[in-house]
Amino acid sequence: METKQILETIQMISEERLDIRTITMGISLFDCIDSDGQKARAKIYDKLTTSAKDLVKVADQIQAEYGIPIVNKRIAVTPIALIAAASHDDNYVAYAQTMERAAEALGVDLIGGFSALVQKGYQNGDRTLIDSIPEALNATSRVCSSVNVGSTRSGINMDAVAQMGRVVKDIAAVDPVNCMSLVVFANAVEDNPFMAGAFHGVGEADRVINVGISGPGVVKRALEQVKGEPIDVVSETIKKTAFKVTRMGQLVGNVAAERLGVPFGIVDLSLAPTPNEGDSVAEILEEIGLESVGAPGTTAALALLNDAVKKGGVMACEHVGGLSGAFIPVSEDAEMIRAVSKGNLNIEKLEAMTAVCSVGLDMIAVPGDTTAETISGMIADEAAIGVINNKTTAVRVIPATGKGVGEQIDFGGLFGTAPIMPVNTNSPKQFVERGGRIPAPIHSFKN
Amino acid sequence: MKAIITVIGQDQIGIVAAVSKQLANLNINIIDITQTLMHGSFTMVLMGEWDDGQTSFATAQTALADLGKSLNLDIRIQRQALFDAIQKL
Repeated sequence: METKQILETIQMISEERLDIRTITMGISLFDCIDSDGQKARAKIYDKLTTSAKDLVKVADQIQAEYGIPIVNKRIAVTPIALIAAASHDDNYVAYAQTMERAAEALGVDLIGGFSALVQKGYQNGDRTLIDSIPEALNATSRVCSSVNVGSTRSGINMDAVAQMGRVVKDIAAVDPVNCMSLVVFANAVEDNPFMAGAFHGVGEADRVINVGISGPGVVKRALEQVKGEPIDVVSETIKKTAFKVTRMGQLVGNVAAERLGVPFGIVDLSLAPTPNEGDSVAEILEEIGLESVGAPGTTAALALLNDAVKKGGVMACEHVGGLSGAFIPVSEDAEMIRAVSKGNLNIEKLEAMTAVCSVGLDMIAVPGDTTAETISGMIADEAAIGVINNKTTAVRVIPATGKGVGEQIDFGGLFGTAPIMPVNTNSPKQFVERGGRIPAPIHSFKN
Repeated sequence: MKAIITVIGQDQIGIVAAVSKQLANLNINIIDITQTLMHGSFTMVLMGEWDDGQTSFATAQTALADLGKSLNLDIRIQRQALFDAIQKL
């Protein structure tokens, strides 16, 4: 191996903030179902603390031996709405508390799967779970929740869309910061290692290791070397960089899976920013040639970036999965925060961007007086983009209770700070209150 | 076990001697070594091989990090597989 390659690798890690964003162990809880809720929760605690007992230790070992930071160690479980349904409990907060206790005992950062899948309708467990979300998120700090309200195969459940608008408001009424632990999805994926939306899908193995990679800084630095070159060169450069980053994810995933005795699932090839300088997706778009993210051309540049990341990553690893693409969480990206603060980026442009990248309206703070119906309208719009275009979309908005445009809300650490963004105040109330379902879309006559 | 050891920092007298002495103390055999000055900064890359039974990775890592601290150098030791994965097809 050449010295240059070794030094390049070290530079990627030490200066360009290349890291493994998360090692997430997916754990099925189907064998914990019990008609007695208390017994079910005891089984859940035992299964989690047994299955993942070495997760943190192994991740720390790999970090030391390979010299690659592993930022988060997480767990994703089968959607609790499915597991708790048999118990006939009328409130599932105790399940969230059990997840919290297990996560704390294991030393993992977050645990996802306080979730319900209601894209076509509610079973009783879904109803109880969704009603429990505000209290569950307030009673815990590591538990993450997600609700899938639509899919390309089944359309959009507008009853769920309406309800989730109210749930987001109820969470914010107690503490807006808790809203960052809830994602409302369309076309949710079953092997996503990233939070808050991770859950262990029903078609997954009993246990599995999934890895989420990061590295916006590495892509930005590589693009600095090709200033002024045609877009083809930009695309090729991103592909080559994504390849290298993904190889690292594949290596770490394989080693972790082997040491934990758990099958390796997928690498999620996502560019996940953090508020740290030089770790920004918006800066990549600006390096491609935009004065600021939000300028006309942003959607095209993001589409190019997202597609090139996938093309480079797909060849680099055995199984790609999860959300795979570029994330655009406003509060977690220093340059996005700057663009919003300067008025260069608005919610409507972000919505357009979500049509061509991973996920959706993510970590966006809106004024505290934004109504539940307006939030439902935003959820419906995002779900429509996902359902029609056969991609995953999501909404994670934070109504900043008691605050308005021009102020900001602080989430702490990796989650950053979000300037409060103006929202169109024309009401979608009557549309949202109709309820029912938007039928599944036609898959031909695509125009 | 094989690992890549990189030493980066301000050039000074005795870096090669100090690092190789520490590796010898740890029973780590140097199987390849290259050194250069890049933009004025001392840069050395070594490949080390040793018996895991005699020296644990963690021991080697701590000893080299301590040496790095005392000489004001950045000394890293990483398993070779990382570089192979990223740089080789």
